[in-house]
Amino acid sequence: MNDALIELKNLSKNFEDQQVLKGIDLTIHRNEFLTLLGPSGCGKTTTLRIIAGFEEPSGGEVLFDGIDISKVPSHKREVNTVFQKYALFPFLNVYDNVAFGLKIKKMDETVIDHKVKSMLELIGLPDFAKRDVTSLSGGQQQRVAIARALVNEPKVLLLDEPLGALDAKLRKDMQIELKKIQREVGITFIFVTHDQEEALSMSDTVVVMNEGIIQQVGTPEDIYNEPENRFVASFIGESNIIEAVMKRDLLVSFDGQDFECVDKGFKNNEDVEVVIRPEDIDIVKPENAKLTGTVKSIVFRGVHHEIVVETEFRDYLIHTTDYFEPGLSVGLTFGPDDIHVMYRMDWESESRGGAGR
Amino acid sequence: MKHYNKLVRPYLIWSILIILVPIIMIVLYSVTTGGNALVNISFTLKNFTKIGEPIYLEVIKKSLILGLISVSICLVVGYILAYFITRFDDSVQDLLILLVTIPMWINTLLRTYAWISLLSDNGLINKFLSLFGLNAQTFMYTDFAVIIGLVSDILPFMVIPIHTSIRKIDPSLIEAAQDLGADKFHTFTKVTLKMSIPGVINGVMMTFLLSISTFVIPKLLGGGQYMLVGNLIENQFISVGNWNFGSALSIILTIIILIGLRLMKRFDKEEKEEAE
Ligand SMILES: Nc1ncnc2c1ncn2[C@@H]1O[C@H](COP(=O)(O)OP(=O)(O)O)[C@@H](O)[C@H]1O
Ligand SMILES: [Mg+2]
Repeated sequence: MNDALIELKNLSKNFEDQQVLKGIDLTIHRNEFLTLLGPSGCGKTTTLRIIAGFEEPSGGEVLFDGIDISKVPSHKREVNTVFQKYALFPFLNVYDNVAFGLKIKKMDETVIDHKVKSMLELIGLPDFAKRDVTSLSGGQQQRVAIARALVNEPKVLLLDEPLGALDAKLRKDMQIELKKIQREVGITFIFVTHDQEEALSMSDTVVVMNEGIIQQVGTPEDIYNEPENRFVASFIGESNIIEAVMKRDLLVSFDGQDFECVDKGFKNNEDVEVVIRPEDIDIVKPENAKLTGTVKSIVFRGVHHEIVVETEFRDYLIHTTDYFEPGLSVGLTFGPDDIHVMYRMDWESESRGGAGR
Repeated sequence: MKHYNKLVRPYLIWSILIILVPIIMIVLYSVTTGGNALVNISFTLKNFTKIGEPIYLEVIKKSLILGLISVSICLVVGYILAYFITRFDDSVQDLLILLVTIPMWINTLLRTYAWISLLSDNGLINKFLSLFGLNAQTFMYTDFAVIIGLVSDILPFMVIPIHTSIRKIDPSLIEAAQDLGADKFHTFTKVTLKMSIPGVINGVMMTFLLSISTFVIPKLLGGGQYMLVGNLIENQFISVGNWNFGSALSIILTIIILIGLRLMKRFDKEEKEEAE
């Protein structure tokens, strides 16, 4: 996996006076399923469009197989795109949409026919060749868009929120299907989404972005378990984020108590932030815990209960399958490895958040 | 909604009166004799058979050919113009389209007189030619004059629908074509052109309709002897006074236009089916 295919080097992009990308450094490997994750407007689409060749970067380089392609027009790049709203050609049927790229390359008719048919097979629409694309459902159009791109055998497939327009059930199915297709064709996928669950469930690598800056790059497990800063922690799932002081290695202090933890490498008495996932907190009898409070609310969420416990310092969010009566006095416990210590983020400055530890 | 319906009713009745009554009158005239008196009328088809006479067939044929030539020139010029307008920023596009439509606000008669002052034997064009020592040319009262007058008259009706259809093409379709390997030329032929066909069809229909029913332009630029269907009809009503024959001619003209519309629709459908 350390076989670099695309390298973005100090990439920046300005639209008029607005700086949309502020120095993106990213290496994308062969056969990797990489996801750009971040809130709307953070520059995901812009990054993708620069890789596709629809936008020119204002600064920095885009290396493809080690060669700078910033000036190469999009029709000469070995990447294909699945557009956000599919962008199928309404005047062509399914077959001719898929065959479009091959016909442009003036391939032999029989070769085209073979490729298009096996691609329609792959996306599970073998009998749809003659269908009008406007008569297809959203999910089917989606598949055709994927087939139209993949049939060209690109080295990289770019997908911009491709599942955004689908309903929840279809979305889940397509997530699994996309992952399967990626394994089958064995090429790099660069996937854009603002849905953290989608990103975590599909990707080999997740790139969390905010305001044109990369916040963290890592495996889904890394991102979830070891968020590097408050932004990543709060964007990836619900969590308790607590201002704390790192007393020394393996000892962190917050809410008037010292807790053992597994983090080290901070300065002694450095201001930090701690994230504790709601499912990592256990509710126990008050006498068995360092932190105590009362149950403020409890909401059933299908699999678990979402409980808010009010303590002297703050409200804690807890996910548990057990039921606790509101008003009950309880204690809260968590183990050393449930505490994730992060650098404290300086929201005022433009400095890059969480540069790793 | 009910309330609204009631308010619309007087308007509806007026529209029916204004649109329907003249049509009924024309149909009635066309199958009767007795001029515009409407007394002592008797039914006949001879107004229609009269159209079969060679001189009248010749006029219809000439009108059709002239219409087709003008529409074809208009299509080529109009498409290029419309396409280049879409290359500009939105605000510039609005301005350019406004410029294209300005002639439409000016009375046809005035515009045609402007052409006369340009084309006449001692008009501006000949004055310009004489600067280079070239002999004066006769433009007036030729097919050329009629066609140039007609084309300039109907051009906006070609440009506007084509421009609208190109402008509303989803930019991601253009990007999709480029993404799939199409260079500028292929992106144009494979996407832009295809997507603008509805605009082309609208433009051709409108300009054909206008060119086939014109009578002011051929009269002024073609001269008194220049006879197109529009002039023929005008003459029947105004100078000859044969309203019955004039009505039959207008009905035939309407039928020709309707056939034209059908053909275009058919062409549009085939275009779509061929794509399937
Ligand atoms: N063509 C453009 N012109 C001006 N501003 C743009 C353009 N494209 C994107 N932007 C701006 O750049 C920012 C990032 O946009 P985008 O990359 O689309 O974000 P995302 O895909 O993460 O939602 C947004 O603030 C957006 O308004
Ligand atoms: Mg986007």
